[in-house]
Amino acid sequence: MSKPKARISFTVDGKKCSAAPGQTILQAAKDNGIYIPALCRWEGFKPAGACRVCTVRVGGRYMAACTQPVTDGMAVENDVPDLQDMRKALIEMLFVEGNHMCPTCEKSGNCELQALAYRFLMLVPRFPFQFPARRVEPAGKKILLEHNRCIKCLRCVRGVRTRDNKAVFGTLRRSRDKKISVDQVLASALTDKQARQAMDRCPVGSILKKEVGFAVPIGRRKYDKEPIGSDVEKARG
Amino acid sequence: MSKPVVATASLAGCFGCHMSFLDIDERILTLIDLVEFNKSPIDDIKTFTKPVDIGIIEGGCCNSENVEVLREFRKHCQVLISLGECAIMGGLPAMRNAIPVRECLEEAYFHSPTIDPSEPKIMPGDEDLPIILDKVLPLHEIVKIDAFLPGCPPSADLIWKALTSLLEGKPLDLSYNLVKFD
Ligand code: SF4
Ligand code: SF4
Repeated sequence: MSKPKARISFTVDGKKCSAAPGQTILQAAKDNGIYIPALCRWEGFKPAGACRVCTVRVGGRYMAACTQPVTDGMAVENDVPDLQDMRKALIEMLFVEGNHMCPTCEKSGNCELQALAYRFLMLVPRFPFQFPARRVEPAGKKILLEHNRCIKCLRCVRGVRTRDNKAVFGTLRRSRDKKISVDQVLASALTDKQARQAMDRCPVGSILKKEVGFAVPIGRRKYDKEPIGSDVEKARG
Repeated sequence: MSKPVVATASLAGCFGCHMSFLDIDERILTLIDLVEFNKSPIDDIKTFTKPVDIGIIEGGCCNSENVEVLREFRKHCQVLISLGECAIMGGLPAMRNAIPVRECLEEAYFHSPTIDPSEPKIMPGDEDLPIILDKVLPLHEIVKIDAFLPGCPPSADLIWKALTSLLEGKPLDLSYNLVKFD
């Protein structure tokens, strides 16, 4: 049996790249200085393939770059007009599906959904607004769950745990009725640091730490000056 | 040749977009050389007196009067622009959209902390008052809108750039720092 290669080569939009075997397309592209937009992904968590914003095309097939491993000789399409427009449409869908009043949102300027909308220069969603009836749910002593803004990326379900490794968040129902649920007792047991982490892991303003907010002035927030993904692209030089 | 004509209106908005418009500062002197204003709170002309080239509307539609004004703008304006978050997506007023109108009105007129309990409780319902819509709607869900300028408020630079691009007949070339939702 031949030994697996130490490095494999692939291309993204014709640009030669290399990867370690087993790496996902998204991770390998990032290591080569190529940004593939994604929302539900969080480095270190098991990929969920939930948001599909990272959809790329290989051999005419569409796949989620966050879950699909790179193979030797793979030719990935990423920055092409129809894929970019489909990603933009997905972002627009997330905007109309919830209630996103950015001017009133604690996460504005640091929000990944909003940052992607900026990157794609979204001026107005092409879909009708749904204005769903959702609520704000207190979650223990330290955090709030703002269901109006939840995009069901499942980052909290995958990555917010108590010290004894119990999941604080779960899901209820399915498909468009899917809803994030929170265990009130476990949420109350979160330390300040864990509560802060939970807020940071949520890509949008759905998990909020109580009694803070609007702490960073406009102009100094994460995405005020540079588009999301700039760090990846800068690494390419 | 006569100057292009501009009209503006504030529907269910806070007037912040118009204030941001005025934030173009001294460029307003250039603007009045370039265009003529018709119906607008800026010059206080109340009714259209001629066809308009560029209509700019801030705020979404929360009542029947808003819808009427919007339709009138659509009829008179060649190009109609949605200015700001409320015009584009309903904005802050749309926070009531998941609550039945009756409940909202009861909260405002019967239960709010500033209601004097010794006074009789009255909910205004005169037929001369505009009818409140079930939901606050963005403009483009009622009439065709030709351009969208987001922001709460949109920056003066964005408004200036959009207007000058239109007047010069150039496509609006947006940059990252001009597209913001807050
Ligand atoms: S979560 Fe993001 S997109 Fe939604 S309202 Fe807040 S800042 Fe805007
Ligand atoms: S609460 Fe935040 S992290 Fe959890 S699913 Fe919703 S958007 Fe994702």
